[in-house]
Amino acid sequence: MILDALSVLLLLLGLFFFVSGLLGLWRFPNTFARLHALTKADNLGLGLIMTGLLFQVPDVLWAIKFVLVWLLALVASAVNAHLIAVFLHRQQERHDESA
Amino acid sequence: MNLLDGLWGVLDLLLVAVLLLLAVAAVLSSDRRRSMMLFIVFGLVLALVWARLHAPDIALAEAAIGAGLGGALLMATLRRDTHQQTDRFPQHPALVWGAGVLVMVLGTAIAWGLLSILPTVEQTWRKGAAVDAQLAFSGVSHPVTAVLLNFRAWDTLLELAVLLAAILGIRALGYVRATYVTEAAFSQLAVWLVPLLILMAGYILWAGAHSPGGAFQAGALLAGAGILLRLAGYSSAGLPTARWLVRLGLVAGTGVFLLVGLGLLGWGQGFLHYPVAYAKWWILLIEMLATVSIGMTLTLAFMGGIPQKEAA
Repeated sequence: MILDALSVLLLLLGLFFFVSGLLGLWRFPNTFARLHALTKADNLGLGLIMTGLLFQVPDVLWAIKFVLVWLLALVASAVNAHLIAVFLHRQQERHDESA
Repeated sequence: MNLLDGLWGVLDLLLVAVLLLLAVAAVLSSDRRRSMMLFIVFGLVLALVWARLHAPDIALAEAAIGAGLGGALLMATLRRDTHQQTDRFPQHPALVWGAGVLVMVLGTAIAWGLLSILPTVEQTWRKGAAVDAQLAFSGVSHPVTAVLLNFRAWDTLLELAVLLAAILGIRALGYVRATYVTEAAFSQLAVWLVPLLILMAGYILWAGAHSPGGAFQAGALLAGAGILLRLAGYSSAGLPTARWLVRLGLVAGTGVFLLVGLGLLGWGQGFLHYPVAYAKWWILLIEMLATVSIGMTLTLAFMGGIPQKEAA
């Protein structure tokens, strides 16, 4: 019962971060700020949801799989954000040179 | 419990609505880049819909091939296209709406045709019970794999042949100039993600015997590893550099499938009728080679069929 309550709490917290990230994606003025908002949802939001689900696993194998999924998502989102940011940064530099 | 069912119902309706909206937006968007993005998101939502329909196999395949690899292929195409200054479809509204109406009429006709023949198939059209009854004789314990590799092996053989025909067509177009920018970030990622992808492909292939998975999903993962290597700056994308090996790899899946079928026919068993005792091993052999072929085919498709040697 206590575990269920913990799960619900963590899932709701994770959901809050996802909703915040979504709002940021909509409302923030430039791509760098939007990336910042997105990574909050990806990393912290997904992390909280994973932790919430960890209290519901039937055995250790499930837990390992959950953590592995989260780690892969972390790496993917970090690399993605990095690539987009680097691309934009270069574009702006080029733009400054030509101006 | 009832409240929860209601919530699922609302969620399912939302999913379907989002799917339809994404489809319409992807088709009607005048900007190609935006169309492709919407199409990729459409693929991901579609994977969710399959998961909700309790079809994890199709969900896996949709996420890996439809959204993942399809997206990569579209992006690579877009990159090649940047030399032409135009980035808009020639869209006449009448043409778009006309095409839309035509597709809808066609779709309705096909759906109606299917629905009208379904009830004639032995009072019920659900074949699940029949598959479960025969499962013990298939050599695997997962009904989807049993259907794909045994009961309807002929269809799967033809699917592999279609993939082979597609890559031969792409290769027939000749050399392409590489258009990707290699990224340092990718080479760091590739070092430990590629082994993991290969491991996962092996697991998904093996798991196909008793749970969702199999050659197509495993092949898609291998292709993901190949594309990652290509973007990280390995010009051969992990494929063998010897030409005959590449050719062998591309035809291995279809070829061995066909040979096994013909061999069994010659053995007096009937085309692709595995003897029950050895069915599991025949299926495993075919699935392993199919995985290699699918992975190679998709990776090569991303690279344009015959990648030109880059000046080192």
